[in-house]
Amino acid sequence: MNLLTLQRTMAKAVMNPLTPSEHMSSRAPNGEPMANHAAKFIKPNDRLTSFERLEIYNRQYWWRLMSSLAEDFPGLQAVLGNRRFESLCKAYLVAYPSRSFTLRNLGRDLEPWLRKNPQWAGAKQAIALDMVRLEWADIEAFDGAAFEPLKPPDIAKSAGANLRLSLQPYVHLLKLNYPVDSLVLEIKKFNNDTEFLSNAFRERRKRKRVSAVARLKPKTIFLAVHRVAYSVYFRRMSAEEYGLLVSLQKGKTLEQAFDATYSKHSKTFAADLEQVTAWFQNWSHLGWFSAPSQKPARIQKCQKRRSAKK
Amino acid sequence: MPANRFNGFTDYGIGIGLRSPHYQHILTRKPVVDWFEIISENFMIDGGRPMHILDQILDQYRVVQHGVSMYFGSADRIDREHLKRLKDLVQRTNTPWLSDHLCWGSVDGRYTHDLLPMPYTFEAAAKTAQKIRDVRDYLEVPIAVENVSSYAEFHVSEMTEWEFLNEVVERADCGILLDVNNIYVSSQNHSFNPFDYVNSVPPERVAQIHIAGHSKYEKYILDTHDHPVIDPVWKLYDCAIQRVGHTATLLEWDDSIPSFREVHNEALKANRFLAKSVLARAV
Repeated sequence: MNLLTLQRTMAKAVMNPLTPSEHMSSRAPNGEPMANHAAKFIKPNDRLTSFERLEIYNRQYWWRLMSSLAEDFPGLQAVLGNRRFESLCKAYLVAYPSRSFTLRNLGRDLEPWLRKNPQWAGAKQAIALDMVRLEWADIEAFDGAAFEPLKPPDIAKSAGANLRLSLQPYVHLLKLNYPVDSLVLEIKKFNNDTEFLSNAFRERRKRKRVSAVARLKPKTIFLAVHRVAYSVYFRRMSAEEYGLLVSLQKGKTLEQAFDATYSKHSKTFAADLEQVTAWFQNWSHLGWFSAPSQKPARIQKCQKRRSAKK
Repeated sequence: MPANRFNGFTDYGIGIGLRSPHYQHILTRKPVVDWFEIISENFMIDGGRPMHILDQILDQYRVVQHGVSMYFGSADRIDREHLKRLKDLVQRTNTPWLSDHLCWGSVDGRYTHDLLPMPYTFEAAAKTAQKIRDVRDYLEVPIAVENVSSYAEFHVSEMTEWEFLNEVVERADCGILLDVNNIYVSSQNHSFNPFDYVNSVPPERVAQIHIAGHSKYEKYILDTHDHPVIDPVWKLYDCAIQRVGHTATLLEWDDSIPSFREVHNEALKANRFLAKSVLARAV
């Protein structure tokens, strides 16, 4: 057995789903008994069979990846409950094994996968999808690139109908059908607070969280997931504010963005002028705008370090 | 062999792994630590808090990069995106050497995120060595490969693990990150004498040593990095230091992480062996 064949054989076995009791399946992916399959390439020793040795890696694989998804999507777990969440994660990992060197990217295909496979969330599909989108945006906002922000005077200087403004890559705009942001904030607070709490109190808090999910009624919200001073924040906004930002993010000019936004709403741009001015001030104070075609700040910093050492 | 071409001719002492529960303590108390080892993948991102923290650490401490997903032993081609990001980080940290594991973990572009054991064959040694050379040439930094803990052995193996390690590092002309805890764990799982392993390692290639704790189960030992170092591992470390000399040493503690002080104090226990080796060489 050459290197590639051995690695393909072992990887298939390692990534084969565990049984409900979290043991290695008795059948190999090719249908033969797993004990025979494992014995073909793994030596037994005086304490463990080939099957048992392979099972150590099989279990480690599933436990590592499942806990990574649970860490990244605690809101989805709260929405679906533990059992359903686990089934969904297993099905997702079978369909989308990790294709990245980092576990950070493990959930990047979860939203499109769930959209195509609604049976895993059942009646909670809509709220589950909203939650996945928000939690993925949270991850992206946490460590997304940051360009040198445009300062308010820079924007004022070049303001005009044809001005195009780039939004920072770490700013994510979401239109959601459920106010899941409040639930995520509650979960984050719960996770931060519970380190020193008793089990009984933790259980009470958990029950409260579950009932909070049940109470969540559909309501369209517009959200910016962004960061300030290296912490991620969720900022709710009006439909008009969201519309303007989405247009700018798509690369439209100011004029096109205003047209696109206000043609859809009952308010007129003229009537909203004061409000729009306040939004622009706020966005630029938050550092959300950058000049187009910049390199990320991390690259600039590397270059600075290198030139300083010369 | 304190300073050699595999650790960038540095003379580092005892370091610890940089882990998030300790960030606050390190940045506010500024404890005296000889050097920190970072997990490269945690910082191969575009921005945000992790990079901000890293820059503050780099301003005050010496940092060495340690990777967990280069998979030198994978039959797959090298992931160019991975390499590009790694090079960005190498330039940022100015790491004097870079380490990753002598293992595989991905095939056909699918990642297990585990450190899977190598079949100890000449084919695997040749392919792995070529990959190490390619990575070193691209990154332009000395590479040290780390022996992993393992729980399985393959029928196709043609040599012992330490013979395989030697075969790879000779072919690649690279350094070794000697993990004495991993040697101990594997020796228990595969019933070999761990001192045979340590005594077979070419001392002139050892760039760094890892120490760690592990978890013992009924039929095997798991490399969990969640306990203090046990005496048999300290004995192996003593043997390695006597053979290799005063070498950069790093304590790994990755799970159930206690306070910074506890982790650092555990690492500093290595001093008694390092001091003994310096004394022995002076006499």
